[in-house]
Amino acid sequence: MKSIRWVALALCLAGTGAQAELEITVTGGVETALPIAIVPFAQVEDVQLDVAQVVDNDLARSGRFKTLPRRDMLQKPVAPEQIDPAAWRAQGIDNVVVGQIARNDSGYFARFYLIDTVRGQQLLAYDIPARRVDQMRYVAHQIADLIYEKLLGVPGYFNTKIAYVSASGIGYERTFQLLVADADGENPRVVATSREPLMSPTWSPDRKQLAYVGYERGRSAIYLHTLATGEVKRLISERGINGSPAFSPDGSKLAVTLSFENNPDIYVIDLRSGARKRLTDHYGIDTEPAWSPDGSKLVFTSDRGGQPQIYEIDAQGGDARRLTFQGRQNLRASYSPDGRSLVLVNSESGRYRIGLLDLATGDLRVLSNGPLDESPSFAPGGAVVIYATQTARGAELATVSVDGRVRQSLRQASGDVREPAWSPLVR
Amino acid sequence: MIRQLWLPVAAACLALFVAACGSTKERTGAEGAPSQTSEPYTDRIAPGPAPLEDQGFDTAAAAERALTTNLIYFDFDDTVIKPEYAGVIDAFANYLTANPTAKLRLEGHADERGTREYNVGLGERRALSVESALLAKGVRRDQLSVISYGEERPADPGHDEAAWAKNRRVQLVRQ
Repeated sequence: MKSIRWVALALCLAGTGAQAELEITVTGGVETALPIAIVPFAQVEDVQLDVAQVVDNDLARSGRFKTLPRRDMLQKPVAPEQIDPAAWRAQGIDNVVVGQIARNDSGYFARFYLIDTVRGQQLLAYDIPARRVDQMRYVAHQIADLIYEKLLGVPGYFNTKIAYVSASGIGYERTFQLLVADADGENPRVVATSREPLMSPTWSPDRKQLAYVGYERGRSAIYLHTLATGEVKRLISERGINGSPAFSPDGSKLAVTLSFENNPDIYVIDLRSGARKRLTDHYGIDTEPAWSPDGSKLVFTSDRGGQPQIYEIDAQGGDARRLTFQGRQNLRASYSPDGRSLVLVNSESGRYRIGLLDLATGDLRVLSNGPLDESPSFAPGGAVVIYATQTARGAELATVSVDGRVRQSLRQASGDVREPAWSPLVR
Repeated sequence: MIRQLWLPVAAACLALFVAACGSTKERTGAEGAPSQTSEPYTDRIAPGPAPLEDQGFDTAAAAERALTTNLIYFDFDDTVIKPEYAGVIDAFANYLTANPTAKLRLEGHADERGTREYNVGLGERRALSVESALLAKGVRRDQLSVISYGEERPADPGHDEAAWAKNRRVQLVRQ
């Protein structure tokens, strides 16, 4: 069992009073976790951030690494030639990371080495530049990404962001905020604030835009928010429901739920031309569309069979095919990055839990144990699922590894947090 | 014990005796022809009904009062309007037909169980169910608007059946 806590500095927000702090707790770990030592870096004085500690935290939180506590480090080398592989091997440490942060003409750079103490090999050696000192945190995440990919063979996802919704207050006093934080919960920034609900944030594949649902003058609408400029465009606000935005993998289209033609159906909007295509036409509730990674299909929730279940449909339209048969209800599915499985909300005996459906075998495995878990989606790379959960402390975000072994909770000191959306990897 | 019972029983007997004596006396007096009274009997009858001009039943106020109940609650995963809300539907149908320029917003809500966007669908279905009931009573469609908030605006923030029952609702909001 491992427990790590961070508290991010709250941003002071005029008029709202909401505290945007995300605190992360990790439990569990895979038995095959790789032992690794991230030795404190030699740093120039004006870099306050403990870069090696950020790298350590990233790797430890993934559940795939067992990091050596600093108090157990017998030596603290800062360059590869100072490493005594036998001494680390004797402590059961197969990999050692050493490094330093120095200045150069254009600002700062982090030079780090990953050394395999078993084979006595240098696996990685990089200089990562940073123009300003406040970019050092992202340099640390890049180091963690490189180590993760080198040792596990899949891209790291530490230099990503999480969008989520926070709500506080009750009734018409309720305030909603859309926030974006680093994947480790640091640097939460408020993207939008409203006295009306904010819902269903989702990232464009280039992670430059967020689409989300808001309400304005007694109507719902789907908005496109460009993060770099803060520009907000109201994309669609029909009579009735305007919900569940989902970008196609190439970013050219947005699947949505609209009910202006009498009941909720799935539509696909071409973002360049504005052309709208109705994908489903059924008197049941059709909602929560999600694209397959290749963009050829979509899954959605429909209660056309009586209870809500997951259906798949060709992106060009046609007949929908039911995919879920286990459980009274299955809702809000999304594909894994490899397209082989779906993560969804599975309901049985009044409990709502996160399920993983193997599309080849039809097997459904329950990953969480909350009474009211919802909004699941895969983190980039597909090793981890993020979702929202209801606990005695309030509504929190949580992650679970797809094998169900490593769990993290991300909670805010005040106010509920829900509807997490992990930004895509941009390579 | 016995003595304690005796006192009230004796008192009751005495009271009955006195009452009997009184009535006996009257009856004695009433024997034979009725005795003449000095004033005509009719004068003792209350005067005929007089309409109260200022305190009469105010139909408009009563209609207004009927609109204070503006919530219709639903069963889990259900959109059927229960018979107990027929009065609410009638009151608002009367109000809207009597005031053709009046507008009503039907806000559909769901409890927190199930996913958020599905619950938006469920909330809309409930609001449409109320809309249909009002249309059936002769309300014009352009007087009504429907919006669903799903589970986003709970009336009760709790996480139990009592809270959920308060949150599965359609709120009728006059514009």
